Amino acid sequence: MKLFVNGREIEAPESAMQKRIVEFLREDLDLTGAKNACDIGACGACTILVNDEPTRICVKRVKDFVGQRILTIEGLAAPDGTLHPLQQAFVDCGAIQCGFCTPGMVLTAHAFLLKNPRPTRDQIRQAIFKNLCRCTGYQQIINAIEKAAPHYQKTEAIESAKPAIA
Amino acid sequence: MSTATQKKCWRNDAYAKVTGKAKFTDDLKFVNVLHAAPVYSDFVHARIKAIDTDIAEKVPGVVRVLTAKDVPGVNRFGQIIRDFRIFADDKIRYHGDVVAIVVAESREIAIRAAQLVKVDATPLPAVLDPEEALKPDAVLVHENHGTNLINTHLVRRGNVEDGFKQADFIIEEKFQTQTVEHAYMETEAAVCVPRSTDGVLQVYGSMQHPFSTRRFVAACLGVPLSEVEIIGTPMGGGFGGKDDTAAIVCARTALAAKLLNRPVKMMYRREWSIRESYKRHPYRVHYKMGVNKSGCITAVQCKIIADGGAYCSVTPWVTWRSTVQCCGPYFVENVHCDTFGVYTNNVVAGAMRGFGSPQMNFIIEQVVEMAAEKVGISGIEFRRRNMVRQGSITITGQKLDGHKVAMEQVFETVLREIDYEKKLKWCAHGQLERRFPTRRESSQPLQRAGSETGAPIPDDELYGIGLAMSYRGVSLGAEGVDFCAAIINAQADGSILLECGMHENGQGAESVMCLICAEELGVDLGCIRYRRSSTSSIPDSGTTVASRATIMGGGAVTLAARELKQKIAEAFCARLHCAANEVRFKHNFIWGKSDTGSIAFADGMREMWLMQKFPFAFGVFKAPRVTWDEHTGQGDAYFTWVYGCQAVELTVNKRTGKVKLLNAVAAHDVGRAVNPEMVRGQIYGGMAMSTGYALHEEVKAPDGKVTTLNLNNYRIPRSMDLPEMKVIIVENPDPVSPSGAKSIGEPANEILAPAIANAIYHATGQRYFTLPIRSGAPPEPTTCGEECK
Repeated sequence: MKLFVNGREIEAPESAMQKRIVEFLREDLDLTGAKNACDIGACGACTILVNDEPTRICVKRVKDFVGQRILTIEGLAAPDGTLHPLQQAFVDCGAIQCGFCTPGMVLTAHAFLLKNPRPTRDQIRQAIFKNLCRCTGYQQIINAIEKAAPHYQKTEAIESAKPAIA
Repeated sequence: MSTATQKKCWRNDAYAKVTGKAKFTDDLKFVNVLHAAPVYSDFVHARIKAIDTDIAEKVPGVVRVLTAKDVPGVNRFGQIIRDFRIFADDKIRYHGDVVAIVVAESREIAIRAAQLVKVDATPLPAVLDPEEALKPDAVLVHENHGTNLINTHLVRRGNVEDGFKQADFIIEEKFQTQTVEHAYMETEAAVCVPRSTDGVLQVYGSMQHPFSTRRFVAACLGVPLSEVEIIGTPMGGGFGGKDDTAAIVCARTALAAKLLNRPVKMMYRREWSIRESYKRHPYRVHYKMGVNKSGCITAVQCKIIADGGAYCSVTPWVTWRSTVQCCGPYFVENVHCDTFGVYTNNVVAGAMRGFGSPQMNFIIEQVVEMAAEKVGISGIEFRRRNMVRQGSITITGQKLDGHKVAMEQVFETVLREIDYEKKLKWCAHGQLERRFPTRRESSQPLQRAGSETGAPIPDDELYGIGLAMSYRGVSLGAEGVDFCAAIINAQADGSILLECGMHENGQGAESVMCLICAEELGVDLGCIRYRRSSTSSIPDSGTTVASRATIMGGGAVTLAARELKQKIAEAFCARLHCAANEVRFKHNFIWGKSDTGSIAFADGMREMWLMQKFPFAFGVFKAPRVTWDEHTGQGDAYFTWVYGCQAVELTVNKRTGKVKLLNAVAAHDVGRAVNPEMVRGQIYGGMAMSTGYALHEEVKAPDGKVTTLNLNNYRIPRSMDLPEMKVIIVENPDPVSPSGAKSIGEPANEILAPAIANAIYHATGQRYFTLPIRSGAPPEPTTCGEECK
């Protein structure tokens, strides 16, 4: 049974299929960026991207992700540790306080900007609606996402310039 | 420009947190670790007869079940009254009382087995109403205490009878505030590891008071403080909530680790956290204010009852602040205030960001507007006539001096920024025919004010604007011992190790210490490494609460840096051809007077080592003296004060009563903003939390059993609940603060709720005296809907 986590192929044993995916990531793969904070899918702290879709995984099992492409917060920065522009924007805008919601928030924002690289502040506000933060009042998080948007516009331009493959 | 202020935003932990590398307590891994889970009973008040652990202990994978009889040290602990139990022993006093923990090879097994522990107890009648609890025949929560009264405070100033005689109008109202949960994103957690070399118990945990945690753990185990080491661990929010309960969670975990000689982890489920952890006190307040025709306050009389729940926690300190600040930032000559902290069988109440002020400000800031209306002047004018100014005497007889009394400055700043007086005329006041806004009027100012689209207010919405202001005594005041230590240890290559007695709660305390250190020593931030904090290496500097980290910790770091500079100057002044007091530190160099020479900081450090002189300094900042007379409620309660004002624009739906915030503006005097973007972050976050307090949040506990146990039905503000916010930082460096900086964590969180209440009044003509404000809407369903199920 294969999962694709942060660009790596991961072989999950049959015995792990019923395990909660959040525990599988945290314990078996030591990817502790996804947090447990409510265990019922209400807060967004466990959000990861599954095929570029933000997904709250605390109530889901490993078997639900077989063959799927997973991105966790650990896979967003460059392999040499250079921050992704969205992460850098979070740092620069003061969008991080306690940091417990940060991984889920960053990934939710990443998925949103991939789809919508020219958002209004209101659209950003709507996009992070399901991710709870108790520290920041969301203001600087929205500032950070807005600041990172131009990077996604550039990426979009590169993508659209690529020749279409039949 | 200084090194610090050049940096727009800097955090020593931002990289780790944004990449997921930061290891919070539950992220820590240890070989051979056991897991623990708490055992609750379903009683609210009961006398324990027996706790049967047999069945649970036979579950495969369960290692041991621990109860009060396993505690080798003291089972009862507390910061003021020693009534908190590590494990409930004689009675169950609230629904969150823990009678045992199950320790097992896996968390799942521990949780499952915890259901199998049976508590045999005789139910007792529960006392859930604080006023009932004060009646002579009330059931007692703690029989040996002899009464349900935890504490009283008072203020006696002038003569209120005379004051009310001088009044032309009396405003008298009863107010009630709700129980509120901190809802830190990370729940309580602890990992305790017995150190194999010497048996010292190492504790990693989510707590904001390492030193009180150490006291709880050592007392529980019956070992000296030196045998327990609390190691700083990234913490997912505290807001005052990770003191007593978090310390007890650590103590129980430590007990298991000690007895079983293995690492033990206990990670709280959200349901346990909300059920057991202490909350913001619900208040009942009878408030009476007299004012004369010229719009001056002549007297205030108030009676404050705070429901402390089952244990004392810090109720006497919380209610003390409420008492000292019971008239808000206004000059009142005649005051009579009586405050009662009360035991009930409700969930424990303790410290929460604001610490007794959000409740009182919700009341005061509405009462002054009600008074203004009776007099026939605006709330603005009323505040101008009564607010404290430079040299004013507070209601406890303290002269506000020695720092800039910036009440008027922050107030006028907010009025100007939001264009308050113009917009006040637009308010609907519940009238069907609104004066505001026509399409033409509405779009421009609202857009400028940052509302989402600048679109005109729809016909079914009523517009309102409101504000509130406060002053706040900084740090602990006469609540307790108030001093802090810092260590700066410069290395032979010029790099610097810094440590301070304040804790990183997520607010950015460590970063502030680094910034202050770099600025004082004139070195790059990159030279400074903040040491992982440990209770075994820095003296007990008290709890990281009361918005005291920056002023107390920053003070200690500043004084340590100055001591270090003195040592360095004495070592090199001869070579720099100047006197020691003429040596300067900037741009990573040590400079003599004008151009008499310079030494690179790193070279200097190496040379000092060769001279056998340690570039090491220990700084202590002691809070200036405060005084308090418990019999009269008079004294210099706090050594300095901060001032803040916040305003909000909103609409109320005519049909549903639903409130939508459009815009909010805040101005706070913080002394000096060391890390400005983090100051803004504190204010945005404070306003958000205050919005929840005003409109959404309430811990519901019918029959004493909390039902709002998770984040689906305990509703904290989401991004869509909040407006665009604007923050104006006002800086008046405070002479009593070595770094010039003061406080912001709590001041930011104590005034938006009354501002919202005032705005709703201006929109609807309706006053709300109970929190949270239910402005006519049917109960709102959970926001995350079916997905949460």
